[in-house]
Amino acid sequence: MEKYSYEHALYLKKLRRQNIVVYALRFGILASFLALWEVLSDTGVIDGFIFSSPSRILNTIKSLYLSGELFSHIATTLFETILGFAIASVSGILVAVVMWWSDTLKKVTEPYIVVLNSLPKIALGPLIIIWFGAGSGAIIFMAVIITVIVTIINMLAGFIEVDGGKILLLKSMGASKRQIFTKLIFPASLPTLVSTLKINVGMSWIGSIMGEYLVSKQGIGYLIVYGGQVFKLDLVMASTFILCVLAGVMYALVAFAEKSLLKRR
Amino acid sequence: MDNLLELQGVCLTYHTKNKETPAIKDLTFSVKRGEFTAIIGPSGCGKTSIMTLISGLMPASGGKIIIDGEPVVKPSDKIGYMLQKDELFPWLTIMKNVMLPLEIKKKSNDKAKEYVTTLLEKYGLKEFADYYPNQLSGGMRQRAALIRTLAASPELLLLDEPFSALDYQTRLSVCNDVHKIIKTEGKTALLVTHDISEALSLADKIVVLTDRPSRVKNSYELDFDKELSPLKRRENKEFSQWFETLWRQLN
Ligand SMILES: Nc1ncnc2c1ncn2[C@@H]1O[C@H](COP(=O)(O)OP(=O)(O)O)[C@@H](O)[C@H]1O
Ligand SMILES: [Mg+2]
Repeated sequence: MEKYSYEHALYLKKLRRQNIVVYALRFGILASFLALWEVLSDTGVIDGFIFSSPSRILNTIKSLYLSGELFSHIATTLFETILGFAIASVSGILVAVVMWWSDTLKKVTEPYIVVLNSLPKIALGPLIIIWFGAGSGAIIFMAVIITVIVTIINMLAGFIEVDGGKILLLKSMGASKRQIFTKLIFPASLPTLVSTLKINVGMSWIGSIMGEYLVSKQGIGYLIVYGGQVFKLDLVMASTFILCVLAGVMYALVAFAEKSLLKRR
Repeated sequence: MDNLLELQGVCLTYHTKNKETPAIKDLTFSVKRGEFTAIIGPSGCGKTSIMTLISGLMPASGGKIIIDGEPVVKPSDKIGYMLQKDELFPWLTIMKNVMLPLEIKKKSNDKAKEYVTTLLEKYGLKEFADYYPNQLSGGMRQRAALIRTLAASPELLLLDEPFSALDYQTRLSVCNDVHKIIKTEGKTALLVTHDISEALSLADKIVVLTDRPSRVKNSYELDFDKELSPLKRRENKEFSQWFETLWRQLN
């Protein structure tokens, strides 16, 4: 442990205090929101049947768990989301590499990418159901198509942004296009890659839940739609809560990957 | 003494959608082996373009460029090009940065590593081999960039305003360092700059260019004592006379 000056120790202390305040406030807001919700619902100020309440949500999750359904729903949605995320990220990056490689190809495909990007993918719903059937395939495809376009656009922008001077330097050393990519473009684009993956986590969740709204008989999205249809709003709220937790965990994983990947910068 | 580099009637025209810009017109000069030549000319006269042509990154519109008896058609192992900025890769250590040309040319063996290590040691960067570029000062980064340029043992160094990104104090000392390194390693060097005093403090020969499209306006052999360092040259009384001559040429 290094010895700090008194002034520096004070500074560290202040920093720590600020941190504690931030965490306390974060937690405080959540806790008081939940408490207020619970009280308002228990005393009948708001209708617990429509607005649910923390205790009703907990009970719903508990009964889902006891009936053994909870984990199979979670597993279904997780599987679709992660697979969609992986397929879209890998293929999006590959397409971006190819477009970076060939300037002509990039110019030719650009308008298609732009149109596909602005198209609301939900419009493809009926087609997707017919092509892939009313099952996991359609849902995964929905997650992929929503995520892949953004991946291509972000990664290509990252590749193109790389400093022209450094490219010139490598060329003057006699580097091939492949070497320019592996030695410079890819490592220089790692921050873009990580931020793209972060965005993709959110996108693939949107895709899989949207897909489940359209077709499924299983999964968190299905529970939400079903709960809405039969007016079990506790179920809707409970599923949304589970979704928040899952998305948060997946985001934390990517953030962790970011830390270990970009340690050096 | 024979010529390591020869330009004969070199022309270059840039084509863009709206116009064509003649950048270089009928440029002829040569660089002797072991000599330090400086090209000076006003900003935008085509100095960087000349370097790009010599390094084989772009074909000339006309004329011949000959290095060591062979016409330039693509980037050659005989040339080390040092750009205006240091262009060190921030995610690589200094060691990996200076090894880059060897890596690219697939020559990164133990012997090469040893050579690069001696260079780092000789020029005061050995303790920093495992540091990242952003942990080094501007002057040290520039020295690292020069060592990277030397790593693959080129015969001809092309230096494109290598000090322009540095502050005045650092520039003077890095200028000194670079001169020492190039002389000790016995390299031939071609420097382009718009800074008269920089050219005067470093070069054995100065070529003055005209405005765009650039041609050779005049060239001068400098007769400073070979032992003088760039800093000492600046104090020499002939320095100011030369400065005046060149200043008249440029204006
Ligand atoms: N890629 C290019 N396309 C079109 N014009 C260019 C290009 N590069 C340089 N030029 C033009 O050529 C001239 C010389 O440029 P440059 O060689 O960079 O000059 P210097 O290095 O002496 O400042 C400038 O007028 C510049 O606008
Ligand atoms: Mg220039």
